Amino acid sequence: MRQQPTDETASLRPEENGQPPYLYPDYVATRLRAPKQPLIILPRTLSDTTGPAYGRGPIGELDSDLTRQHAGEPLGERIIVTGRVLDGDGRPVRSSLIEIWQANAAGRYTHHLDRHPAPLDPNFSGAGRCLTDDEGRYTFVTVKPGAYPWKNHHNAWRPAHIHFSLFGSSFRSRLITQMYFPGDPLFEQDPIFQSVRPSEAQKRMIATFDLETTEPEWALGYEFDIVLEGRDATPMEGRR
Amino acid sequence: MTPEPGIGPTPSQTVGPFFHDALLDGDRSEMVSPDHPEAVRLEGTVYDGAGEPVSDAMVEIWQANGAGRYNDHADNREDLPLDGDFSGFGRSGTDAGSRFSFVTVKPGAVPLPDGEMQAPHIMVSVFARGLLKRVVTRIYFPDEEEANAADPVLSSIEDPKPRETLIAHDEGDALRFDIHLQGENQTTFFEL
Repeated sequence: MRQQPTDETASLRPEENGQPPYLYPDYVATRLRAPKQPLIILPRTLSDTTGPAYGRGPIGELDSDLTRQHAGEPLGERIIVTGRVLDGDGRPVRSSLIEIWQANAAGRYTHHLDRHPAPLDPNFSGAGRCLTDDEGRYTFVTVKPGAYPWKNHHNAWRPAHIHFSLFGSSFRSRLITQMYFPGDPLFEQDPIFQSVRPSEAQKRMIATFDLETTEPEWALGYEFDIVLEGRDATPMEGRR
Repeated sequence: MTPEPGIGPTPSQTVGPFFHDALLDGDRSEMVSPDHPEAVRLEGTVYDGAGEPVSDAMVEIWQANGAGRYNDHADNREDLPLDGDFSGFGRSGTDAGSRFSFVTVKPGAVPLPDGEMQAPHIMVSVFARGLLKRVVTRIYFPDEEEANAADPVLSSIEDPKPRETLIAHDEGDALRFDIHLQGENQTTFFEL
């Protein structure tokens, strides 16, 4: 098992909003990439209260179904992942681009730098995208990703996760995160998951198994709502 | 889980090393044609705290058009022209040489809410393995000395060294803007 977080880690943890710190030494790659100079507070202006309408061209029908992007079906546990994208006031974020990517059921990415000796699946690329609807809802069909080893520390394994990239309504609301699955025994030893405190904030990254979303004789359903920073406010309101 | 309103934002997590197929499969780095009469080439390298180039970062930019208007309904200044072909959004990975690049136009000046003008600038987000959340910076232009000196954000940074990290360098055929994530030459980053 991994050691308890160091004192240094604890002192660097921002408590205010459950976002991870830049420097989290247990996640080794942060040590040379985390900025160390104080951040400068940026006043709200049109430069950050605006944002791209969506960051991509037209979305294809198959882009949100990762199980139908090839001639055959991918191996693995078929799942439906759905949820709503909300702003800081709990209002739906409409027509907003979501991009996802993930390992296959064996825990292997199609990426050429992934050297994990687990099989690639010729019927699975692991990339999808969609736009939220008028209620802020999105739905993906995919297979449950496998856990995989990485070399951060001895016997380090990433919990199963799906990467999510969202734009929301403005530059301020841009978010890249990871969705985890409930009850994963790998949370305890994963410094990327543990970089988020308190545990209430960690729960916001974990999907809920949902029998309503589950389709009989076909696929398990998971619900994962996402709350973005910021609001659809104009700079004239003077909020930050 | 299903958050209640006001429960707090979903935490950020690192983009990791394997995002390329999902995020970079269509080229979003040419925001205008290189033949555009006002085309500007913008490029740079991302460095870590040991001064090593970062080959697995993603850089996104967001900017106004040449008239200073953002292509978003939240910018409703109808008196300024909108160029429907120019989204103002660009995305570039750092390549094997750890370099990112964009072809764009220089943005016009954009005001603060009180009407005071800011110097022309481009908003920048950097994502990478080892960054649990993005870093945010701004690119200012080297040929705008007067506007830069009067810019409220630039002039709020008293020390010239961190201030100058925000100004691109003119290299003739391109503007260069290197990003140092950490160390003696660290780029100035912002909190939104």
